[in-house]
Amino acid sequence: MENTSKAMIKARNVNVYYDDNHAIKNVDLDISSGTVTALIGPSGCGKSTFLRCINRMNDSIPSCRITGSITLDGQDIYDKTIDVVQLRARVGMVFQKPNPFPKSIYDNVAYGPRIHGFARNSAELDEIVFTSLQKSGLWDEVKDRLDTSGTALSGGQQQRLCIARTIAVNPEVILMDEPCSALDPIATAIIEELIEELRSRFAIVIVTHSMQQAARVSQKTAFFYLGEILEFGDTSEIFTNPKVEKTKDYITGRYG
Amino acid sequence: MLISSAAYFIGRRKALQSVQGDVRQLHSLPGHYGWFSAMTSLLPGMIIILAWIIFGPVIIDNMTLASLAGLEGGEKIQSLSDFDRAIYLNDIHNLAVGDATSRPVTESLTFAAQYYQRAQQDIFWIFSLSAVAISALAATLGIRKISPTMRSRNILERLILSGLALCSLLAVLTTVGIVSSLIFETLRFLDHVSLADFLLGLKWSPQTALRADQVGSSGAFGVIPLFAGTLLITFIALVFAVPVGLLSAIYMTEFASRGARAVFKPLLELLAGIPTVVYGFFAALVVAPFIRTSGDFLGLEIASESALAAGLVMGVMIIPLMSSLSDDVISAVPQSLRDASYGLGATKTETILNVIIPSALPGIVSAFLLAASRAIGETMIVVMAAGMAANLTANPLEAVTTVTVQIVALLTGDQEFNSAKTLSAFALGLALFTITLILNFIALKVVRKYQEQYD
Repeated sequence: MENTSKAMIKARNVNVYYDDNHAIKNVDLDISSGTVTALIGPSGCGKSTFLRCINRMNDSIPSCRITGSITLDGQDIYDKTIDVVQLRARVGMVFQKPNPFPKSIYDNVAYGPRIHGFARNSAELDEIVFTSLQKSGLWDEVKDRLDTSGTALSGGQQQRLCIARTIAVNPEVILMDEPCSALDPIATAIIEELIEELRSRFAIVIVTHSMQQAARVSQKTAFFYLGEILEFGDTSEIFTNPKVEKTKDYITGRYG
Repeated sequence: MLISSAAYFIGRRKALQSVQGDVRQLHSLPGHYGWFSAMTSLLPGMIIILAWIIFGPVIIDNMTLASLAGLEGGEKIQSLSDFDRAIYLNDIHNLAVGDATSRPVTESLTFAAQYYQRAQQDIFWIFSLSAVAISALAATLGIRKISPTMRSRNILERLILSGLALCSLLAVLTTVGIVSSLIFETLRFLDHVSLADFLLGLKWSPQTALRADQVGSSGAFGVIPLFAGTLLITFIALVFAVPVGLLSAIYMTEFASRGARAVFKPLLELLAGIPTVVYGFFAALVVAPFIRTSGDFLGLEIASESALAAGLVMGVMIIPLMSSLSDDVISAVPQSLRDASYGLGATKTETILNVIIPSALPGIVSAFLLAASRAIGETMIVVMAAGMAANLTANPLEAVTTVTVQIVALLTGDQEFNSAKTLSAFALGLALFTITLILNFIALKVVRKYQEQYD
């Protein structure tokens, strides 16, 4: 399960349009392995849209048009030869609202490995489910009830189940779209710890509305404003010494 | 009506006057007082009218019969049996409106008819006038009661509540009435034929002899061939409609572009609007001959009225039902589940098979059950396409018959009302009703379970 390959995503001059609405303007961003990159900014500034570009979740929106290039390990992910299914196996995603399948906990985690044919037999599948749940810190809580429905868990447990489900596919990058916005502070703290642990094995991109969360979990921060990245740099740098006035206003809570 | 509307305005004015136009001193809005007065006058009037509709004819009939008692031959009428008296009355009614009568017109009959006509008019006026009078009286009483402190709003609310309750009671009572009439007639039927013979008999030929010496005087009332036919046709219809309906629903929700959906969906739902008679002759004139010729071609002998033809056309009929119900439940699967599956790198097919269909399964099952109960209850297509012969067969190429078709056959034409033949229709109806009731009940249960899952 150890992930040794250094995922490196390079976004260059990315523009996204929804019909006539220019949602993302000339965004350049580098995402490196072993790092948590936080995307912050006021609502509607294009953070989530950009996040969804990275694993092409916007493909299913008919009015959405993308220009520019996003490369994963030097390969353009919008190239015609790229299979979007394989891309999504390499770039997993955790959503804002916990969305476990209405299946058993075991089947939730086993879903990805099954459709990708990772396990040759049930023992291997058991192993994948075990390690994924353990890494997401859920194993001790659910080991006795793997066959109960995933929807019966608490909100925080559901979100960790979703993370386990994503890990089980063994991606290189995990995209998290406000993973804690539907959770209470205790569940949030657990997830944040989890993100910190996962950092060593995956490149993580997290969209968040909480400044404190961005400061706590990320090493790099990008500040989005009206579809542009106004500032990108080390988190410590941005939060202590922002170079752009708007960034400063936003993180000190003057607006947003 | 006029009095009520007048009462509305008078009541409203009086309420306003009593507080010198200051609405705030009134307990309720002026309109409420108006409605209160209108209702106090309307309700007693309506009760009178209702009483007239229900009891009027009985009163008139009794008066007419009583008037005949004084005449020559009147004694005879008093001594008639209930049944004959009903026929005699019927003749009076017919003569009064100028229709043909079943017996020669005698002097006493003419007299009775004239008396009946007069009585009808008299009673009508009496009731109308009393209705108007009572309305007016009630209106005056109601208006007199109006004062600023009267809680007309609360009274009105209670009236509306009881009106609503009355409407729902009506629906319940209708059901109870239908079921109990079915049950009573079935019990009468069971006097003629034993329950075991009915439920387990293998032969259906409901011909009872009119005279005891007639050939074939013993009818057979075995219900099994009928239910076998029903199940066979329903099965064929479902085998055809369920996959087509379900797959088209999946196409509509998951693949079709907005434009295609806008065209296909109304077209599919148009199928639901075609009267079943039209389906019936489509089955009899197009599908059945087609099946027969293709059967000939393959060297199979197929009756021109076959279960297969009826089943197929019935399948076409329930496709829209199946499809639009499945469409609803599939659309109800949250988008977040689709996203989750796609986010893990699942293809569209994998997502549909592994996530969407399992999530929507309870809904699909209930759609299936509703489609089945619709198919079981369908009559017209089967009458026209599958024939009337009660064969006990599993061969879809032969003519079969269904429960509903037999009910139609039993009750059309002139029938004695208390023969086993006619009564058996009620027993069949009850059996059918029980089956569809159970199916609907299961379907509702399943749907309820499904709803709990996402709320």
